[in-house]
Amino acid sequence: MSNLRVPTMAEMMMNGETPDILFWVGCSGSFDDRAKKITKAVVKILNHCGVKFAVLGAEESCTGDPAKRAGNEFTFQMQAMMNIQVLNGYEVKKIVTACPHCFNTLKNEYPELGGTYEVIHHTQLIQNLINEGKLTVEGGVFKGKKITFHDPCYLGRGNDVYEAPRELIQKLDAELVEMKRCKTNGLCCGAGGAQMFKEAEKGNKEVNVERTEDALEVKPNIIATGCPFCNTMMTDGVKHFEKEQEIQVLDVAELIANAVDL
Amino acid sequence: MSIVIFALLLAAGFGFFIWNVRLVRQNILLGIDVDRTDHLPERFKVMTLIALGQKKMFKRPVPALLHLVIYASFCITQIELIEIFVDGLIGSHRIFRPSLGGFYTFMISLIEVLSLLTFFVTIAFLWRRNILKVPRLSMKELAGWAKTDANLILIFELLLITFIFMMNGADEVLYRRGLSHAENLGDGSFGFAVSSFLGPKLFGGMSEHGLHIVERIGWWGHICMVFTFMNYLPYSKHFHILLAFPNTFYSNLWPKGRFTNLASVTKEVQLMMDPNADPFAAAPEGTDAAPSRFGARDVNDLTWKNLLDAYTCTECGRCTANCPANITGKLLSPRKIMMDTRDRLVEYGNNIRQHGKDYDDGKSLLSYITEEEIWACTSCNACTEACPVNIDPLSIIIDLRRYLVMEESKMPVELTGMLTNIENNGAPWQFSQADRINWRDE
Repeated sequence: MSNLRVPTMAEMMMNGETPDILFWVGCSGSFDDRAKKITKAVVKILNHCGVKFAVLGAEESCTGDPAKRAGNEFTFQMQAMMNIQVLNGYEVKKIVTACPHCFNTLKNEYPELGGTYEVIHHTQLIQNLINEGKLTVEGGVFKGKKITFHDPCYLGRGNDVYEAPRELIQKLDAELVEMKRCKTNGLCCGAGGAQMFKEAEKGNKEVNVERTEDALEVKPNIIATGCPFCNTMMTDGVKHFEKEQEIQVLDVAELIANAVDL
Repeated sequence: MSIVIFALLLAAGFGFFIWNVRLVRQNILLGIDVDRTDHLPERFKVMTLIALGQKKMFKRPVPALLHLVIYASFCITQIELIEIFVDGLIGSHRIFRPSLGGFYTFMISLIEVLSLLTFFVTIAFLWRRNILKVPRLSMKELAGWAKTDANLILIFELLLITFIFMMNGADEVLYRRGLSHAENLGDGSFGFAVSSFLGPKLFGGMSEHGLHIVERIGWWGHICMVFTFMNYLPYSKHFHILLAFPNTFYSNLWPKGRFTNLASVTKEVQLMMDPNADPFAAAPEGTDAAPSRFGARDVNDLTWKNLLDAYTCTECGRCTANCPANITGKLLSPRKIMMDTRDRLVEYGNNIRQHGKDYDDGKSLLSYITEEEIWACTSCNACTEACPVNIDPLSIIIDLRRYLVMEESKMPVELTGMLTNIENNGAPWQFSQADRINWRDE
């Protein structure tokens, strides 16, 4: 039993409360062992800052992103409409999510199906908390460390969010080093477009290996990401080069939570 | 006599061009409709920055600068055509020179300087393509016609410039000898920046007769090349010089991560989710009887913007050079997606014109683009970001996936499992939805 405070929407409703923001955990954040740590890091930050939030828990379901990218618009829209019924039922106004795929789908693809919300990525929320003075971050364990940020496609190119994660890394008194392909030119980790769930087509290299080479070139101590799928791919890439002893792959939320010693 | 020939040439040149442009327009309008007339001020801004200002070209500064030289030269040189048309139609020679004076000298000098630069840049481009073999300019999808097309364009440019300098150079020597057909202003030289040096060097020793021949070859050669080039455009990747403008104007203004919503699916899903719906009810008045296809099997299932994209593509390969699938040796090349779409569209359009609207040649866009290519895409938007004229290969790939999945149930087997999981337990993996919050207590 952890000491995290994670109320569900249903629990809040029973107590007659309304959260300020819904934390959309996503499938990866709910089920993947590595991604669950990211989920908990986000919750620790939310708890620490006293943010009144809730999750949907068992009422949450896949946004439908992988179905849509795989071309199955039926499955996508079924998922979207079921989720929208739940979200609208709870009169949700604002959503934060730690997955750029959920972020993109909720923000850009739900409105046309009747679900219009203010959707932000967790790096944007954390940045807001710092700007509002609710969170103070100092380098701590990351002081002087070399950190490179891998842009998730659906956060960066997909939605033009490049600065929020970088500003957070700079708050750590760490050295932010950019890979040769970064921001708008960032290279995909290889997981998007439903690739996460299938074998890659025949080629001469895996995309995550190519991307990890970019990262290794700048000799970082830490590869930071903002997406659970990128995290998996980059972690596998680092293992491919047997560098897991020297290089950690961490989500920006984990960096912040660790720096604040949560 | 020469006036008549010129007038005929002019009529034929423009006539044939208009006729071809009409065919291209017909082909583009075979696509399904999509509204891209909203947010007009933003559209003008995008067009100005990206087409006119070539903003995205400058991600690669060296080719961008070289390209800028040719682009500036091309635009400025068009001004000279005004005089050539007037001279050609009324039989005058350098009609604007006496009245424009110093401005005339300045304009022609500017054209000459840019033309000279373009000459060297064109040679640099030929070198990059054929000797240096820049990777993105020597991939296998360019073998054959695409490579010939690219080299032809560059050779046309060299010819065009050669003719300009023949025309101005020989005329300069003639003018110095008081033999030019241009009005003699008693200044002894045209004073053009390049030809007043180059002319005497190249043609200084020639006879009057010879000089007049060189000058006329230059003049007629120039205008013939202009018409050849213009009429070559609709058959060539070089059409981008015109289509870049409408193509950027009609850009997708949404965030790149947003994929289009299929309204036809929405109707069916709403029906499925509505407990009061009568599944046997007749279609309401006004809905078309034949339901449209889900996704794209052929070019007519794509939007007109996809088809405009295909005609706009100049096959520079920045999309492919940035594509993670292509970089890691997969078959997918976004540039090939665009080239295939255009090739199929030309074939499809010709079929309709020759055999009628319902003709089936047994082929489709999927005869050109393989499933292996379609499934290698990570939907990362590197291609759309890289394109200097905002072409969107990704939306074509996704529409092809939609057809394969929803109409033919063809997809990699692992994806079938993933989709089943989403449908059954609300996650792409086999976990129960009831367990979604177990992490809270772990």
